Amino acid sequence: MRKAATVQELPGVSQSKKEVSSQAFAWSDLASRLRPYLYLAPALICFALFFFYPIGSIIYLSFQDWSLINLEQMEWVGLQNYQDLMVDGDFHQVLGNTAVFTIATVGIGLTLSFLLALWLNKKAKVYGIIQATVFSPHIISLVSVSMLWMWLMDPQFGLLNAGLEAVGLPAYTWLTDPKSSLLSLIIVSIWKGVGYNTLIFIAGLQSIPGDIYEAAALDQSPWWRTLRRITIPMLSPTIFFLLIINTISSFQAFDTIAIMTQGGPINSTNMLVYYIYEQGMDFYNGGIASAASVILLILVGILTAVHFLVMSKRVHYR
Amino acid sequence: MYRVVLASRKTVEWIGLLLVAFLFVFPFLWMASTAFKTMPEVLQFPPTLLPETWEWSNFAQAWESGPFLMYTWNSILVAVGILLLQFLTAVPAAYAFARYKFPGRNLLFGLVLIVLMIPGQVIFLPIYVQLSGWGLVNTLWSLILPYAASAFGIFLLRQAFMQVPDEVIEAARLDNASEWKIMWTIMVPMAKPVLVTFGLFSFIYHWNDYFWPLIMTNSDEVRTLPIGISSLHMSDGGTLWNVMMAGNMILILPILVIFFVAQRHIIKAFIYQSK
Repeated sequence: MRKAATVQELPGVSQSKKEVSSQAFAWSDLASRLRPYLYLAPALICFALFFFYPIGSIIYLSFQDWSLINLEQMEWVGLQNYQDLMVDGDFHQVLGNTAVFTIATVGIGLTLSFLLALWLNKKAKVYGIIQATVFSPHIISLVSVSMLWMWLMDPQFGLLNAGLEAVGLPAYTWLTDPKSSLLSLIIVSIWKGVGYNTLIFIAGLQSIPGDIYEAAALDQSPWWRTLRRITIPMLSPTIFFLLIINTISSFQAFDTIAIMTQGGPINSTNMLVYYIYEQGMDFYNGGIASAASVILLILVGILTAVHFLVMSKRVHYR
Repeated sequence: MYRVVLASRKTVEWIGLLLVAFLFVFPFLWMASTAFKTMPEVLQFPPTLLPETWEWSNFAQAWESGPFLMYTWNSILVAVGILLLQFLTAVPAAYAFARYKFPGRNLLFGLVLIVLMIPGQVIFLPIYVQLSGWGLVNTLWSLILPYAASAFGIFLLRQAFMQVPDEVIEAARLDNASEWKIMWTIMVPMAKPVLVTFGLFSFIYHWNDYFWPLIMTNSDEVRTLPIGISSLHMSDGGTLWNVMMAGNMILILPILVIFFVAQRHIIKAFIYQSK
């Protein structure tokens, strides 16, 4: 903490003034003590206004019966909103959809990314180009990605069905059949996200020291044993990080739903954030929307806390 | 024999690579191709790979289907405005975290990390209520202010500032440079690569954002491109896929151009999140 010490000594610049007036020294000392807080203030005020206060506010709002139409009319209803959610079949389905979507996108997405990373983690230029290619959907607006896939999945004129028919397979009604609608969103989500995960995996692979592999090669360890005994354990922090990040971002799925399915058909693609949006902004059930937000907040909060705990432990053992 | 095996393995590898590239690039090429087709050709079976007649008017039709000049202007204002404010709030905060020791530092930095991890979608309702209380809903401020500070920016810049050698700062202090001046004229230029990285990340994220403008705005004067584009498919009389794809090209193109120019920086910007 040497840097910090020099900062503390900073009033030394005004030390000559100290001899003139001890009062002046105290002031400049106070100023330099306050300086870091002043520098932090703009950012912290923003976080207070648009993050911490809203978190308190959403908890409060979840105990009220209210709507966006008339904010004056708030009525304390205690746990009523939560009780309503408990018995609401639609909400159960929303939770179920969110769970299926998350498990599928995270599970399949990470597996594919891991395999791609093992394959594409090479020096030659081609591999760099392919890495960038796989990554490119990640920087494209989900609006465009959603509309593009709606077009590909169009039951009559879409390219996917044209392809299926060309090889003699039956056409699909991708987004309009409740049996395949969630699966369709999962495909889009994996396609969009796989590149990001692949690049993080590659970054992780490159941080594994090469001499471990040399030792394994000397022992003539078969590739699968090297993978299981060296690569996967050494990558475990990366795997864990990606599990958390991907799960949290799956919980947030919204754009694809709003554009491609609006939660339908028959609620088959409705998920947490879309449900909150619908309840709050369309149906004016502020209380229900807030209670659902708190549930989402708790889920994300638990994941974040686990992440911090495990990661700080890892740093500790290093 | 060995050479044959090696050659065929290489061929398989190349076919695999092409297949992967195809899977991720082809949808975009298909979008571009559709954007130039006439509607009868769009609905043709089997589909044509390239347009038979290049229908440039699809772009004009998409552009004229709403006040797209206004949407574009709003998108630029919002993305650039957010970027500037984030820059102004993150530099001093990161400097404080990187270069000072003060009571409560770890606690405050912990708060920043929490902000970094919890997504805004969780709390959009109370923010809406709050902004509507201030009379800011349906203004550009409602799109900019909630993002005025970036936890990710603070996090990234803090790391960059910590790497500046102490000698540089001490030399500046000996020259009687004020802390404020050291921060902006020495630290910021030295952190330029990180600033570029963060700038690209922030700009792309907010240029693409659909959720926040959808929640906070309800009139064309303050809406952004993603909202304008998304309304294209609600036209009556069947979906005009060609116009829709042309509209999306307008949204995508600036980002793709930036990606080609600054690919390495952009990948780094998004990968940094993991550190």
